Amino acid sequence: MPDSILVIVEQREGKLNRVSWETLTAGQALAAETGWTLEAAVAGSGVTNFANEIAGKKVARVYAIESPKLEPYTPDAFAVALKQFIASNQPRLVLMPHTYQVRDFVPKLATAMARTAISDCIGYKKDGDKLLFTRQMFQGKLAADVSFTCDAPWFVTFQNGAFRGDKVDAGSGAAPVETVKVEIADGIIRNKPQEVFKEAKQAVDLTQAEIIVSVGRGIKEQKNIELAKQLAEALGGELAASRPICDSGWLPMDRQIGSSGQTVAPKLYLALGISGAIQHIVGMKGARTIIAINKDSEAPIFEIADFAVVGNLFDIVPPLIEEVKKAKAGA
Amino acid sequence: MKILVCMKQVPQKDAPLKLNDSGAWIREDVSYEVNEPDAFALEEALRQKEKHSGEVVVITAGPARAQQVLREALAKGADRAIHLEDSAFVGLDAANTARAFAAAIKDETFDLIFTGLQSDDYGYAQTGVVLAELLGWPHATIIMQIEKTDAGIRVKRELEAGYFQFVDMPLPALLTIQSGINKLRYATLIGIKQAKSKPLRKVALAEVQSAIGANMQKIERLYIPQKTKNTEFLEGSPAEVAKKLVEKLRNEVHVL
Repeated sequence: MPDSILVIVEQREGKLNRVSWETLTAGQALAAETGWTLEAAVAGSGVTNFANEIAGKKVARVYAIESPKLEPYTPDAFAVALKQFIASNQPRLVLMPHTYQVRDFVPKLATAMARTAISDCIGYKKDGDKLLFTRQMFQGKLAADVSFTCDAPWFVTFQNGAFRGDKVDAGSGAAPVETVKVEIADGIIRNKPQEVFKEAKQAVDLTQAEIIVSVGRGIKEQKNIELAKQLAEALGGELAASRPICDSGWLPMDRQIGSSGQTVAPKLYLALGISGAIQHIVGMKGARTIIAINKDSEAPIFEIADFAVVGNLFDIVPPLIEEVKKAKAGA
Repeated sequence: MKILVCMKQVPQKDAPLKLNDSGAWIREDVSYEVNEPDAFALEEALRQKEKHSGEVVVITAGPARAQQVLREALAKGADRAIHLEDSAFVGLDAANTARAFAAAIKDETFDLIFTGLQSDDYGYAQTGVVLAELLGWPHATIIMQIEKTDAGIRVKRELEAGYFQFVDMPLPALLTIQSGINKLRYATLIGIKQAKSKPLRKVALAEVQSAIGANMQKIERLYIPQKTKNTEFLEGSPAEVAKKLVEKLRNEVHVL
């Protein structure tokens, strides 16, 4: 069997998770680099339509891995089904997006196959014959190139935003779609998931905001939020926050930016005292301009900032509010 | 309920990190703290014990310095601790760390194992789920609420983009805990005093060595990431910086 790369795309609640296109782009790039065949798979119950959608892209073949027991999602069923499929299909490399769902089953799947997963990668390199996968460590302060020291299959998950989903190559014609029925024995599934729900109504839609002033741990105390609010008001923007601020109840959850909150792409994102953990950055790196004020000169937020100020936000924000007001009054 | 909490000591969030002389790893002389999600996992275990009685045991792997995490946990109310003490544990991949934990607790029976959802240093987000698979237990990740039921537990999983889901599970089970699931407590003076006399079992590398295999993944290079953006740093007094920022907002960002 020739070497192959398998991209497992993600469907949830009858929708293809858009980050799947990014993983497919990564797969196409790796296939071009290695000369290995690129295949894709989607697992679930009644997933042929997703397989057909993927088959329109540049892939050699698409598998619809089917079992009624794959719906709703459980880690037990997914690990068993994918283990069966991978054991017979024998891909060298298995690529997936680093979503909450993938994080839930991939370590189990890899362990069940006596293998490992290199998780949350942001890119890859080819070093001679060796494939290296780049991942962030220590909150993004350092990067590591990681290789596999075990036999294939090699499991890799890619961080949201690591590749361009809109750059996925269309195929010259529809790739063949094959349905693979998997057996999941009774008693395998131990978890009983209930309906998926959304907690509270979103009172504010940050995705529509042109200007966002966002606060992180550096704001120190709840009463200091007022300062950020004044700046947001002066600029005519919305107030948002990183996760710890909402966890502390200083701002409501619907103002949270990041992987567990909202993803925004405003004209201006002004980050006050936000260190820039990966989970936050995935939610705002699409902003046209990023301004960061932070006292830690090594804060990862500066890696993606257009304009950076290393300093105490409590010294800088008050005169900034005054200057903004002056500018607005003069305009 | 008998609950094991897996904890990790990590470099402090704002600690400046430097590569060591070999360039292969960070210099050890930084300040350390408990991995934040693990602190929430501990807090949740203590709350469950207060509700349903039982025992809370904490475990960590790392050099002597890592004992601090266990001492703090004991001071907050954990009943006893297990320390896999060796600097070699720092270099294990997620699978081997999970194997070492599984070996260290083989003579124990727990109803629940908690871990933080991921570590702030390596960020694998794998050790807990791997441990569940090694033990043959069901698991659920990124948990925001835990309730005991007649048949086991009902947990609230956080999904992406503000969605949640309740999941019913049998016991024993492993859960990875999300930051913010609860409000952390502080250790009391009396707690700190009592912690000194609580049992702490040390496990040497040799005792779990047979359970550990070769790492299946290897960090070939560790480095300071290349900047992808051309960041302009604005300097000066706060008043000067404020003026410069406003000029950028007007002339380059065009929002004023």
